[in-house]
Amino acid sequence: MSEAGATKKFLYINRKAPYGTIYAWESLEVVLIGAAFEQDVSLLFMDDGVYQLIKGMDTKGIGMKNFSATYSALGDYDVNKIYVDKDALAERGLTLEDLQHLVWEDENEDWAEKDSIRLVSRDEIAGLLEEQDVIFNF
Amino acid sequence: MKFGIMVNEGPYTHQASDSAYFFTKAALDKGHEIFRVFFYHDGVQNGTDFTTPPQDDRNVVKRWSELAQEHDLDLVLCVAAAQRRGLVDEDEQKRHGKDGHNVAPGFRISGLGQLIEAGIQADRLVVFGD
Repeated sequence: MSEAGATKKFLYINRKAPYGTIYAWESLEVVLIGAAFEQDVSLLFMDDGVYQLIKGMDTKGIGMKNFSATYSALGDYDVNKIYVDKDALAERGLTLEDLQHLVWEDENEDWAEKDSIRLVSRDEIAGLLEEQDVIFNF
Repeated sequence: MKFGIMVNEGPYTHQASDSAYFFTKAALDKGHEIFRVFFYHDGVQNGTDFTTPPQDDRNVVKRWSELAQEHDLDLVLCVAAAQRRGLVDEDEQKRHGKDGHNVAPGFRISGLGQLIEAGIQADRLVVFGD
């Protein structure tokens, strides 16, 4: 959709807990709209942002819409590079098992289901940031 | 250089809009191009002309409007964020049957696609907020 036809690397960094502020949800809204622009998209969850991917979320007690299911739909939007800061998980007593199992289907391999989440170290995050053209920080 | 600007916080509570304004003004003064200023989250509150700060304080909203007029800036309020936070232009007033409209001169309401486009078209997208 870019006039120049060029694809840029977009990274959405999510650093805040899913509820308590609107940033997590309004970040997702940008990701979903942005998916239509066919750019090279990655998501990074760090700091309290790792809580956004926790499975079994129940928001009834706070009277807010539970948007957990939206994360599992990201694969259908070709958003399948989801990086999680493994130290941020460990610092909060969490492991990969506590997160939703996010997958995408690879059309180049007969729609084989593949994992979207990649645990990364902070050194790897530095490299990831270095590669990007556009970074949103939510 | 061609800049895109994103403002994520409301006026007065947070300095983000002030910093974005001074950055935008400085970039223009140096001969750079501002592709668009996009207001998101509480940042949309920078676009309400119902704002009436005390006379001895800066008028954050009016300052953006004047800069827009002077440099033909494109100031865009995200529609989804604006609807949640009571920012209403004449079209939205009619559509939702509201009593008035409050989008300040120089601002317009549009979609998040305008933000992504700014990311694609600008050489640098500079984000102001936490």
